[in-house]
Amino acid sequence: MSPPGAPTEARAGPGAAAHAPAQPRDARRARCLALLAALGGAALVLTALGLAAGSAGLSWSALQQDLADGHAAALIGQIRAPRTLGALLVGALLGLAGAIAQGVFRNPLADPFLLGSAAGASLAVVAVIAASALAGQAIAPAAAAWAERLGLVGAAYVGALGGVALTLLLARGAHQTLRLLLAGVVVGVLLGAIAELLTLLSPDALRARQAFQLGSTALLGWPALALLALGLALALPLALRSARVLDALTLGEDSAASLGLNLARWRLALVALLALCTALAVAQAGLVAFVGLVAPHLVRRLAPSAHGTLLAASALAGGVLLLAADVLARSIVAPQELPVGVVTAVLGGGYLLWLLGRGGVR
Amino acid sequence: MRRVLALLLLALLHATTGATAAAGIRIVDDRGVAVKLAQPPQRIVSLLPSLTETVCALDACDRLVGVDRWSNWPPPVRALPRLGGLDDVQVEALLRLRPDLVLAAVSHRTLARLEALGVRVVALEAERHADVQRVFTTVAALLGEPARGEQAWARVQQQIAQAAARVPAALHGATVYFEVASTPHAAGADSFIGQTLAALGLRNIVPPAMGPFPQLNPEFVVRARPELLVAVAREARRLAQRPGWAALPALREGRVCAVAEGPAWELLVRPGPRLGEAALALADCLAALPAPPPTTARAPLPPTASPR
Repeated sequence: MSPPGAPTEARAGPGAAAHAPAQPRDARRARCLALLAALGGAALVLTALGLAAGSAGLSWSALQQDLADGHAAALIGQIRAPRTLGALLVGALLGLAGAIAQGVFRNPLADPFLLGSAAGASLAVVAVIAASALAGQAIAPAAAAWAERLGLVGAAYVGALGGVALTLLLARGAHQTLRLLLAGVVVGVLLGAIAELLTLLSPDALRARQAFQLGSTALLGWPALALLALGLALALPLALRSARVLDALTLGEDSAASLGLNLARWRLALVALLALCTALAVAQAGLVAFVGLVAPHLVRRLAPSAHGTLLAASALAGGVLLLAADVLARSIVAPQELPVGVVTAVLGGGYLLWLLGRGGVR
Repeated sequence: MRRVLALLLLALLHATTGATAAAGIRIVDDRGVAVKLAQPPQRIVSLLPSLTETVCALDACDRLVGVDRWSNWPPPVRALPRLGGLDDVQVEALLRLRPDLVLAAVSHRTLARLEALGVRVVALEAERHADVQRVFTTVAALLGEPARGEQAWARVQQQIAQAAARVPAALHGATVYFEVASTPHAAGADSFIGQTLAALGLRNIVPPAMGPFPQLNPEFVVRARPELLVAVAREARRLAQRPGWAALPALREGRVCAVAEGPAWELLVRPGPRLGEAALALADCLAALPAPPPTTARAPLPPTASPR
């Protein structure tokens, strides 16, 4: 497992081949730095907006009044700060997972929910709610109590990992990409069908499933934030260390293997990393749509680069995208809220459409 | 909307004055579709729990031949054939029952399909007390028993009045947040639940202008500092863990109605003839709660809670 460094062409990343060689290396690096700086700036501005946007919407006078009334500690410190930073972290985990998925599968359609994690998490949430509704009837109260203790967050986390594990089992490891993708689709359909059946048992489970699928950043608190931050702090360096493998993969699986990479093992490791990032994100915020798919596209479009930069920038772009969606979701109809998944789908889908219209999807 | 209401009133007038006359039964349902029946229906399928309960409350439970998956009250309906839910009605099984009337929600997906197959469909939906009363009147007219609608409504009102009398005086004017889903969705003042809470003498933190069941920014609830909370037990146990919620007076002082999942919760969230029973159940829960400290002057709601 000590492959030689990938050749310089490979560092260009997917899709970069058309443009990158024409550009001098320094220009590309400058562009990447500019993108990272712009994303960082956007993250700072949005964080400030996130701290200001409350149930009165984005209102300067309401913010001033809160500060004057002494509400600031409770409202901003306890609610808006963790929610804002939480949206940033969940988006970052999804953006990172999306970049890994698109790199591993060498497919711009890949997203974090591909390998059964979404279906697994969704099924687990439905099962926990249905269990509490059916306690004492169809299932033992002890099982229901156990499900209750696990909680929805824990259940979604375990479910997401379980979905990916099942996919890996069906695909007999990560030897073949196509097999892995097909197994992911099958697991998604199967677990989805089981969840559907469970919702027939309890209307509560039906509502919980809907809410989970729309995603929500509304109730993120400091404990959740600590978990998310820890997850990202572990995942990002690991992902960056595997960047050269993803770079090598852009040459094709055969070429990558000829460079001495043990592809099956690397793929397994990357899928595990992808599953952990996704599970952590969806457990806290539900199946937020489109962030994981769009973030890497956004980065590739604005600054084609090798995977080292792509992974880091995708994480940052994912965070910026979800935080922007969150600020919009709570400002547009304040004090009511829009489901954040709807806003990310509109923002992300709109951007992809625009790219498609310009022939820029790569 | 106003025209539909006018039509509806006209139709109700017709229905109540001459339901069983030679002209037959005429009503306009909540889609604005005029329905004429020569005879009161004898084989009814109900595809909404609150409509099932309404038919039974109007003493016509024996005319029901089939119900949807969620209809479970009163107990006799549990023995009837189940025909699926909102999205997956078993059309064939329904047709086999040869219903002469299907009652369903306006949003039901199979209405057009059923009508194309020659089934007579009446779509009714209730979000407020007045809607429930109107559904009573319409269904009673359909059943050919127009007087029973008003009787049933009078019974509901009587129970609500009883319930209001049971609420401890110390809670009069207390602010309340009723959570219908953890997203969080609230029951606003302009919903049937909100109207019941108002009848019990409570002040809803969600004003009518926000609609019947709005999805809220959780900060809104923290800011409004409700003195009472009502939620399904599973969520109620976790409310204090939500960011910033532990400081709410209701949670600090233990004034939370945690309603058990299943039948107890269904009683509260169905806009049907058990509206009065629901009010009584709420009143009993309120009566068992610790009283708020007598010294707390009832502060006016913060500015964001007023209608925008």
